[in-house]
Amino acid sequence: MFFDLKDLYQQVIVDHNKHPRNFREIEHASHDADGYNPLCGDQLHVYLQVDAQNIVQDMSFKGNGCAISVASASLMSEQVQGKTVDEVKQLFEAFQNMVTSDLTEEHDFSHLGKLAALAGVREFPSRIKCAILCWHTVQAALRGDPEVARTE
Amino acid sequence: MSLDLAKIRHDFPVLAQKVHGYPLVYLDNAATTQKPQCVIDSLQQYYQHDNANIHRGVHALSERATAQYEAARQKVRGYIHAASEKEIIFVRGATEAINLVAQTYGRQNIKVGDEILVSMMEHHSNIVPWQMLCEQTGATLKVIPMNEQGELIQEKFNELLSKKTKLLAIGHLSNALGTINPVKEMIQQAHGLGVPVLVDGAQATAHMSVDVQDLGVDFYVMSAHKMFGPTGVGALYAKADLLNTMPPWHGGGDMIRTVSFTGSTYSQAPYKFEAGTPNIAGAIAWGAAIDYLMDIGLEPIAAHEHHLLTYATAKAVKMSGLKIIGQAMNKASILSFVMDGIHPHDLGTILDRCGVAVRAGHHCAMPVMKFFDIAATTRASFAFYNTEEDIDRLFAALAYAQEMFH
Repeated sequence: MFFDLKDLYQQVIVDHNKHPRNFREIEHASHDADGYNPLCGDQLHVYLQVDAQNIVQDMSFKGNGCAISVASASLMSEQVQGKTVDEVKQLFEAFQNMVTSDLTEEHDFSHLGKLAALAGVREFPSRIKCAILCWHTVQAALRGDPEVARTE
Repeated sequence: MSLDLAKIRHDFPVLAQKVHGYPLVYLDNAATTQKPQCVIDSLQQYYQHDNANIHRGVHALSERATAQYEAARQKVRGYIHAASEKEIIFVRGATEAINLVAQTYGRQNIKVGDEILVSMMEHHSNIVPWQMLCEQTGATLKVIPMNEQGELIQEKFNELLSKKTKLLAIGHLSNALGTINPVKEMIQQAHGLGVPVLVDGAQATAHMSVDVQDLGVDFYVMSAHKMFGPTGVGALYAKADLLNTMPPWHGGGDMIRTVSFTGSTYSQAPYKFEAGTPNIAGAIAWGAAIDYLMDIGLEPIAAHEHHLLTYATAKAVKMSGLKIIGQAMNKASILSFVMDGIHPHDLGTILDRCGVAVRAGHHCAMPVMKFFDIAATTRASFAFYNTEEDIDRLFAALAYAQEMFH
């Protein structure tokens, strides 16, 4: 099987890397956490504002990393806004299933919306951790985990 | 004295393959080098004909294995011009050699309040064993800083070197920057104050002739796999008088003279430091790699690599958006760089899909990355089997990456 690099670096990924959305701090965030990928040196900090009804009113991130990790965090920040904490968890699981799914089988990722742009990382095993770091970090923030989130 | 590259490349079977549809361009030689057929043959020959444990059997196979293992020790001795084969300890690699020195010589001689001097451009393997020793002894780690070109600041070295310094541990050739450090001069200065010196030769030995007696170095460490030999074997060179006073490190078979439950007595160096069955096949095949290198000659190898570095540097300077990390006056075989708007990890993936293997990351030298305020670099590292065409392919792939991220 021969994969095109364009499967990984789709225009939407390149765009979100160049112009990450919600790339800012949230002052007095209700939840936040650090994520670190020692392999690449990707470092990010996520912020969430969750209201009394457990709805994510705002989500943002800061940090630096490769295009995959930045674009993934940027796309995630758009997707989790307005969702309940449980829905975010379900989305995380669906995303994780997508990026680790079997390449030899046909899959429909349309339920993931714009996040489906990251399906290409399945073809690049060394880069899956880059895509998933931000999701682990959000989970750590929502759990109130004091440790730095990692993908291992 | 130019190299016959077609013949040399033919000696390395791994190079004759396609990766992602393109002929492989292997530019990750600072991580590990490829192996010539004679090294692969040596491993096979040993396991097919001579496999036996060494130093104890009286049968023919054991005698053959012992003779070849000891012949490999002689080859390593000759390669770095040590006075005696008794000064060559076989270990797993340079990392283990440094840990051996830290835990034997270091534990014996370094006390609370003493200082160990390293440099800012060291590989983690020449930092962490000393930090562990400092934790164990109460000694302090001091760091020689570098300038923006990636050269050690010699005036700062002079200031840091003092009567408190009990060991200087310094890399010969930086794996992250390519800098060749002036180790001979630094050893002379350290010896002026009676400070022993360990030189990490892991990167240097594939690229230049090393003469431990001329350097006057006390400890020199090396890894076979960085110089076209197998993984899992390397050597510690140490001056005989140091080895004779150092306590053993690992206890076990082969390092003893007598064992009883009231106490054991130890062999002499080098065996005192070689407990357990070593990587016999690896050591023998390393000997084959040394023969191969000596046959080609280190001078033409260094000249060719210098040409490759000059050729690549000229292209790098012309490429907009590329910044070279490490521009020392005295430099070898390594082009480390960053590119505007493209993270080294993305670059590593894109280059790989173009058939070009490079390293992207911190190169086990996080303090170097911190100094240059970057998370990582992309590193192309050359060996004598690389060609101008390899470098052309690298730069074509870099241009493609720029286009993709435009």
